Amino acid sequence: MDSKTDTSEEFAGDSTEAGGSQDALKRAMAASTSATAAAPEDTDGGPVAVEIADLNFFYGDFHAVTDVSLRFRTNEVTALIGPSGCGKSTVLRTINRMNDLIPGTRADGRVLFNGKNVYDDDVDPVEIRRRIGMVFQKPNPFPKSIYDNITWGARINGYKGDYDELVENSLRRAALWDEVKDKLRQNALRLSGGQQQRLCIARTIAVEPEIILMDEPASALDPISTSKIEDLIFELKERFTIIIVTHNMQQAGRISDKTAFFMVNDKRSGYLVEWGKTRELFFNPKDERTEAYISGRFG
Amino acid sequence: MSEFATTNHYGTETDTRENISRRRTAGTIWRYVFYLSTSIAVMALVILILNIISGAFGYVAVKNTIEPETLSERGAPLTELSSEELIAILEANVSTGLLRRLNFEEPLAERSLDDLVELVRIRVVNPQIEETWNLFPSIFNRREIDEWMNTKAEPGTRLEFRVWLTARFIVSPQNPDPQFAGVRTAILGSLWMILITIVFAFPLGVGAAIYLEEYARDTFVNRIIRVNIYNLSGVPSIIYGLLGLAFFVRIMGPITSGAVFGASATTDPTGRTVLSAGLTLGLLILPIIIISSQEAIRAVPQSLRESSYGLGGTKWQTIWHHVIPASFDRILTGAILAVSRATGDTATLILTGAATVIFIDPRSLFTQFTALPIQIYQWSARPQGAFRNVAAAAIIVLLVLLLTMNAFAIIMRDRIRKRRLM
Repeated sequence: MDSKTDTSEEFAGDSTEAGGSQDALKRAMAASTSATAAAPEDTDGGPVAVEIADLNFFYGDFHAVTDVSLRFRTNEVTALIGPSGCGKSTVLRTINRMNDLIPGTRADGRVLFNGKNVYDDDVDPVEIRRRIGMVFQKPNPFPKSIYDNITWGARINGYKGDYDELVENSLRRAALWDEVKDKLRQNALRLSGGQQQRLCIARTIAVEPEIILMDEPASALDPISTSKIEDLIFELKERFTIIIVTHNMQQAGRISDKTAFFMVNDKRSGYLVEWGKTRELFFNPKDERTEAYISGRFG
Repeated sequence: MSEFATTNHYGTETDTRENISRRRTAGTIWRYVFYLSTSIAVMALVILILNIISGAFGYVAVKNTIEPETLSERGAPLTELSSEELIAILEANVSTGLLRRLNFEEPLAERSLDDLVELVRIRVVNPQIEETWNLFPSIFNRREIDEWMNTKAEPGTRLEFRVWLTARFIVSPQNPDPQFAGVRTAILGSLWMILITIVFAFPLGVGAAIYLEEYARDTFVNRIIRVNIYNLSGVPSIIYGLLGLAFFVRIMGPITSGAVFGASATTDPTGRTVLSAGLTLGLLILPIIIISSQEAIRAVPQSLRESSYGLGGTKWQTIWHHVIPASFDRILTGAILAVSRATGDTATLILTGAATVIFIDPRSLFTQFTALPIQIYQWSARPQGAFRNVAAAAIIVLLVLLLTMNAFAIIMRDRIRKRRLM
């Protein structure tokens, strides 16, 4: 409790309006430079799949995310971590424009997908979502058969191959085939939570996206199901770029190549504190707020 | 820590027990209040049903105008006579005008024996009802009935126990004599009307609900529209009747009467047709269908929409493949209730001109018609007591019709629901 109050006081300087004293201003500048200064060392890895530049996000008048700049590289798993309300899910959902579905929201800045800003006027969000798949926090299969869950996305996107093959391959890649191969016509809602979530992953990879966004995919599951999902993510990164939001620090440590740590400032707006290789961020954080969070002193 | 352990703010163990028993008492009282309200509701229903049943059965005092045994020389009952004898009786006893009409409808010589017996019974024997009693007085107050028979009955009056709701009652058309009146025209009229109402209001209502829930932005104008739809659902049906009279019957008259389509022989040039009434009832239940469909669509979890969009579904695909199937059972539930309301509605029909006395079955959209509620309303207003028994029988028919329609819709809905979850 105490450490939390301390840190939030420390970060009060993050708001430039606070008091207006020189001291506060200096601290604010230090804080904001430290947030962006953590970026440049990301030079290794594959080609950049998605780059977020100066992203600000608003729910109506509420400034939910402030000045986020990040890069995601091909065939890597990037974890977004941070305390509740720090905007990590919001950032994730700007990448495939899922936030468009919420009325009154606005995104400023750029989200470059293969070099093209997904928020440009000539970009169709349907195409973006088809190429950037998403797995949600709560397993949300369609109330249809397992088979139809896999084939629906393929069908609407003009899949020309064999559907039985697609269903088998997708379920195998999601490590679900053996459990459901005898009941493909059964309603997906009768599966367990963990199976449902793997079905959602199978459904997503069936349309062969380039990137898969995962919004706390294991937070509603028991430890065994969670570990299955984690194993799956590890295998999927061979083919896909994965961006995952998680509350579970150990999970981020286990499965991700890169980690981005978000915090929330005193105006309840989320910002990026530091990001880089997971190993470095966990064992040698540059920012003391990261260290405090990772070592469990707050958040 | 120590302070928390030593100071007790909840009193002794006895205080705790007293507190719990006090709370339990309050709970028990409320339980009886709820029980009582349920009982009152059930009691009201039972009284309603008993009252209707009581009206549909009971003793009648009947006096034949001519005793059937006196009609034939042999003195045999009507059922034992031959066709020729029955025709002879008819020719001897009814006016030539009526004979001509009957022969025009279907030549007497070609009619079946049962038909002829029925004709003789209605036209010649012509039983007159002197007095009727409901079921409960018939059972529990026999003495009063006997006393009436002994003191007030004219000679030749018989006491008969009569079931008013018979198969003949259901298949016969309206008749000025309560003994021979039936609800066939009214049932057919009601069915035609409801069909038009459903075809008109269901797609329109569901469509409007989809627009309002899935497409309309939260603007000032849209909010006004929403509030007004809610208000419209509470507007009394007589006001819809006035609207239907002004718009469908008068202004749209040439269309609703079928004049522009060339239908004229059997129709009413003013537009007081089954089509006008069906459309007016459609307007009446439109807000109800819109609101219940909106609620059904709103109950579809956002996560289902997200999973569709997340796979690259368009808005229309999301609505058509996921939102509508997921909400369809609830949409149907709302529609069932709305259609029940339309089926039983009377005020609208009075104004849009459902005829009260009509003998011909509706044959097209543009025919005049009558409906069950109108028939019931009209019969209960008649001075002859026997019509109230007829009305009670018609009420049972209406209730059974409603129950059948609802049961059919509910079975259909449950099938949809089951298929979705299996």
